[in-house]
Amino acid sequence: MTTTTENQQNITRPSSDNKTERIVEVQGLKKYFPVNAGFLSFGKKEYLKAVDGVDFDVTTGKTLGLVGESGCGKTTTAKLLLGLEKPTEGTIRFKGTDITQLSKVGTREYRRSIQVVFQDPWSSLNPRMRVRSIVGEPLEINTTMTRSEVESEVGSLLERVGLNPYQANLYPHEFSGGQRQRIGIARALSLQPDVIVLDEPVSALDVSIRAQIMNLLVDLQNQFGLAFLLIAHNLATVRFMCHDVAVMYLGQIREFGETESVFTDPLHPYTQALISAALPSHPDIQREEIILPGEVPSPLNPPSGCRFNPRCPQKIGDVCETKIPRLQQQNQDSHLVACHIYD
Amino acid sequence: MAETTGVIEPAAATEQTGIHEDRFGPDTVREKNVLEVRDLKTYFATRWGTVKAVDGVSFSLKAGETIGIVGESGSGKSVTALSIMRLIPSPPGHIVGGEVILNGRDVLRLSSSDMSKVRGSEVAIILQDPMTALNPVFSIENQVGEAIKIHQGLTGRPLWDKLVDALRKVRIPAPEARAKDYPHQLSGGMRQRVVGAIGISSEPSVLIADEPTTSLDVTIQAGYLRLLKEIQGSTGVGIIFITHDFGIVAKMCDRVAVMYAGKIVETGSVREIFNNPKHPYTQALIDSVPKLEEKTERLRQIEGQPPALYDLPDGCPFAPRCPQATDKCREQYPTTSTASDNHSFNCWNPVSES
Repeated sequence: MTTTTENQQNITRPSSDNKTERIVEVQGLKKYFPVNAGFLSFGKKEYLKAVDGVDFDVTTGKTLGLVGESGCGKTTTAKLLLGLEKPTEGTIRFKGTDITQLSKVGTREYRRSIQVVFQDPWSSLNPRMRVRSIVGEPLEINTTMTRSEVESEVGSLLERVGLNPYQANLYPHEFSGGQRQRIGIARALSLQPDVIVLDEPVSALDVSIRAQIMNLLVDLQNQFGLAFLLIAHNLATVRFMCHDVAVMYLGQIREFGETESVFTDPLHPYTQALISAALPSHPDIQREEIILPGEVPSPLNPPSGCRFNPRCPQKIGDVCETKIPRLQQQNQDSHLVACHIYD
Repeated sequence: MAETTGVIEPAAATEQTGIHEDRFGPDTVREKNVLEVRDLKTYFATRWGTVKAVDGVSFSLKAGETIGIVGESGSGKSVTALSIMRLIPSPPGHIVGGEVILNGRDVLRLSSSDMSKVRGSEVAIILQDPMTALNPVFSIENQVGEAIKIHQGLTGRPLWDKLVDALRKVRIPAPEARAKDYPHQLSGGMRQRVVGAIGISSEPSVLIADEPTTSLDVTIQAGYLRLLKEIQGSTGVGIIFITHDFGIVAKMCDRVAVMYAGKIVETGSVREIFNNPKHPYTQALIDSVPKLEEKTERLRQIEGQPPALYDLPDGCPFAPRCPQATDKCREQYPTTSTASDNHSFNCWNPVSES
């Protein structure tokens, strides 16, 4: 076993010596939602720990994937990053500045640099706005461009995502799902952001269209050096799109590493179970399925110790129920896992 | 469990099969077909013209067999399922031709009251979204019990026993207690199981699963698919999977039918289709999906989008998106060719074997 970093306060980050820049640094991020415990709670406050101590970096030109089942906190993490929710604790540094401490003006500046593409291209575009306004509105609000400049910029944005500039005059309902998602991507690109959060960007699309959108996203990333945070539950999509993967369970990252390393050598029992449960790409591929008993427990009352312990097929004993495992390095520098098996 | 209804004598049935083209070739399995769909046509009258949502679809299903009908939205796969159930809203939809032979009789010729008896008892459907498939103001007991009451005429204690049994079969823990719950009290996976329990409660011979796992998490999905396989193993129900996901096909199905623009364009055993796809659309669909098992550098993408069904081109509807299309493809719909015993396709320029 490699050296552990248990004594350190924060986890050691993968020491990637690439020339890429860590554009967003997230440390000890927590988001607790107060829950009304009911009439008989006598003032006792309960919290839903949606995100409970998460650290990761987003790097230029790279994609970080957040993987996990519903309720694991991946969407809340994305909302925190977008500044749509205020964290309970922890810092989110964007180019060195903590965005949680920003003024109103500063927050507005920050939001220009981070954009989002939503899952559902049917509900994320205003049906009463022409594409010209949907894509151009961020420019009108945030830049000093004249109307004709906005016009030509919208045209070139549409071209960049594979649409025709003349389609700027149309309404969203005149487009197919894939085209709508392209409009959503054009809107996200309009302010030349550094980071784009992709929240299930292809899961609502037809199979033959998914490849088009995924290829487009990869091309745009290579062209503009964009940093992506991808939220997806389809593991094959994650393997294709992402450079690094963070596996979340009940608000915590339980495994983190380079995509290839995580997929070829998953260390955490939960990651192993997730991969084993994923659908095969060929009928001859017979994976031995790891069956997890039960369902994800409520984040209102997470299990003590390792939160995965009630469902873990490799539980080693009392330590799993009493001690919270820390993320620590395994195998290679960049592969981290939080599991007592590797202590 | 193929229940012979005795409406059509076996000899007569074979004779009828002879008239129509059986797309899956000669019947090698000894078991009888529980379902035969022959040249099914379901059209919708819209203000843009007639939409041929299902246009001459034929396939068969044996007891204990699983067939996957794969296609994108608008390919007609769900309309095929609803046509078999006779649940097409009319107007605007009409089943204009074909036969759906279920356990030996054509359900398209049944009166609506007879169809009500068949629907849910001989053929059942599991809908896509467990959140909307269940009525929020009725308890689980009520909703599962309703199906049993109608189809098996049970009441009181036997009804309760039967419904608890159905819930137990879909592995719902503490079924007696859960039966009293309302849908909102259950998780998504449990709700999907309840929908499954309603489906299997009357032991149908055909179960149609319309994208039953798209809204479920990976681990829950795996559990549910395994459950369906187990139910099939014990009851011998024939399952039709309506899906756009080749992963589900790879995992669950014995045979596949790929649909495009209302027609089956390729059909065969799952291995044949994966190893030796003949139709460029099938091949492109398989190649456009990233693989979990290996790093994919670039995805093969299919240009364009599925055609509008009210304005189909004369020739092959895939021709505008097909890299191998020729003038012939644009003029004439391809005839059915056979690649092997159980493998046929409709394409003028099939993919050559690699």
